[in-house]
Amino acid sequence: MASIDTGGGDGGHKKGRGVKKAKKLSTRVDMTPMVDLGFLLITFFIFTATMSSPTTMDLNMPKDTEKKEEETKVKQSGALTIMLGKQDKVYYYEGELSPDGANFKSTDFKGIRDVIIKKKKDVIASYTPNAECEAKAKEKGKPVSDCFDTDFVVVIKPTEDANYKNTVDILDEMTINMVKRFAMIKITDVEKGLVTATEQSGGIQ
Amino acid sequence: MPHVKLARKSTDTDMTPFVDIAFLILSFFIMATKFKPAEPVKVTTPNSVSSDILKESDAMLITLDKDNRVFININAKSDQGKLDEIAQGINTSRSLGLSPAEIANFRQAEIVGVPFNQLKGYLALSKAEQKKVNQAGIPVLDTLNNELIWWVAEANKAFSGRRFLYLIKGDNNTKYPTFEAVINALRKNEIFKYNLITSQEGAPEGTELFKERNK
Repeated sequence: MASIDTGGGDGGHKKGRGVKKAKKLSTRVDMTPMVDLGFLLITFFIFTATMSSPTTMDLNMPKDTEKKEEETKVKQSGALTIMLGKQDKVYYYEGELSPDGANFKSTDFKGIRDVIIKKKKDVIASYTPNAECEAKAKEKGKPVSDCFDTDFVVVIKPTEDANYKNTVDILDEMTINMVKRFAMIKITDVEKGLVTATEQSGGIQ
Repeated sequence: MPHVKLARKSTDTDMTPFVDIAFLILSFFIMATKFKPAEPVKVTTPNSVSSDILKESDAMLITLDKDNRVFININAKSDQGKLDEIAQGINTSRSLGLSPAEIANFRQAEIVGVPFNQLKGYLALSKAEQKKVNQAGIPVLDTLNNELIWWVAEANKAFSGRRFLYLIKGDNNTKYPTFEAVINALRKNEIFKYNLITSQEGAPEGTELFKERNK
C-alpha cells in the first residue's frame, strides 16, 4: 500500500554462480492499517468524551421560622425586589412598592444587571457607619468596606410563569454582582396583579 | 534527442511522526474520557458562572424535565444496602405492599419517576422493561400530596450521619412551580442546602465577579 516495491533488493551484486543470494527483506512495516485503527479509535473517543463536566451551584435556603425575632430584618432603603415573569421578562422595584405601583418597572435579563449594580452603588453611597459591623469585620481581619453593603438585600420572587432557567440566571446574577444577601420568596397577590397587568398591556402571551 | 532521466523517487512517506501524534492524541482521549452516563431523561441544564466541579459522592439526584416531570435517582456507591433500606422504608411508611423481590429490584432501577400507586408495578418489571415505561413523574405540585417529601425523608433517614448531597438537575424549560415544590419537599425535611447542576460559562466581562477572578 504505502510502500511500493521498487525492486531494489536484488540489483547488482552477483557473486558468481552457485552462490545463493540471501534475499534482503525490507525492514519497513506497512503502518497504514495501524494508522487507520488509531484514527478510528480517536474518533470514537472524541465522540464519546464528556469534556465539560457539570458544575454545581450551592444553594442555601433559610429555615422557616414562626418567631418574629428570628426573621431577618430588611431595611426598606436597601431592598430591591425582582420578579420574574413570562418570556424572560423581569420586573423590579426599589424599597417598598408604592400603592399606585409607580415604582414598578420592567426590564429583561440584560437590563437587570445594571439595575442591581446601580442599586448597590446607591446603598454603598448612603452608608451610615455601622460600628457593630465594623468591629466584627476588624475582629475577623476583613476590610471595613465589607460593611458598606450590609443593607443591600435582593428579594427574588419568581411567578408561576418563570422557568427554571430564569431562576438559575437570576441566582447567577447575584454571584456575578456579588450580592451577599438575597432571598427567594413567594410572590404576593398585589405584585402578581401588577405583573399580569403589565404583561397584558405589553402583549406578552 | 537527449533523454532527460527523471530520478525515480519513492512515493513512500515516512509515517512514523504521523503515527506518533495519532497515538498521543489517542492516549489523551482514552485518559480524559469519562463515559457519558446513560441518560434516561433528556435534560438541558442552564448555564451558570459557578465553577465548582460536581464531586462524586452519595447523592440523591432530583431531575426535573421540560414537561415538569420529577424523577429521582439515588446514587449509593459506598453502600448499596442503603437502597434496600430506602425501598423498605417507603414500603412501610406508605404501606405499598411491595414483595421482597420488588424491594431488591429497587437497586437496579436507574431512575424512578412514578407515583406511589404505580411503584409496585414499576419495580416488578425487569431493567430492560423499565426503560420502555413512559413514567409519569413523581407528583409534587399538589401541596397536600407531595410524594417527594416521603422519598427525601427515607433517603435522609438511611444516609443520616454520612455525607449525602441533594442534587437538583433541572431543564431550561422547567416551570418554576415544580422547582418550588421540590425545594418545599426538601425544606419539609429540614434540608436547606442543595446543589443545582449547571453547565459552565465564564463570568461576563467588566462585572465584579470578573474583576475578582482576574485579580
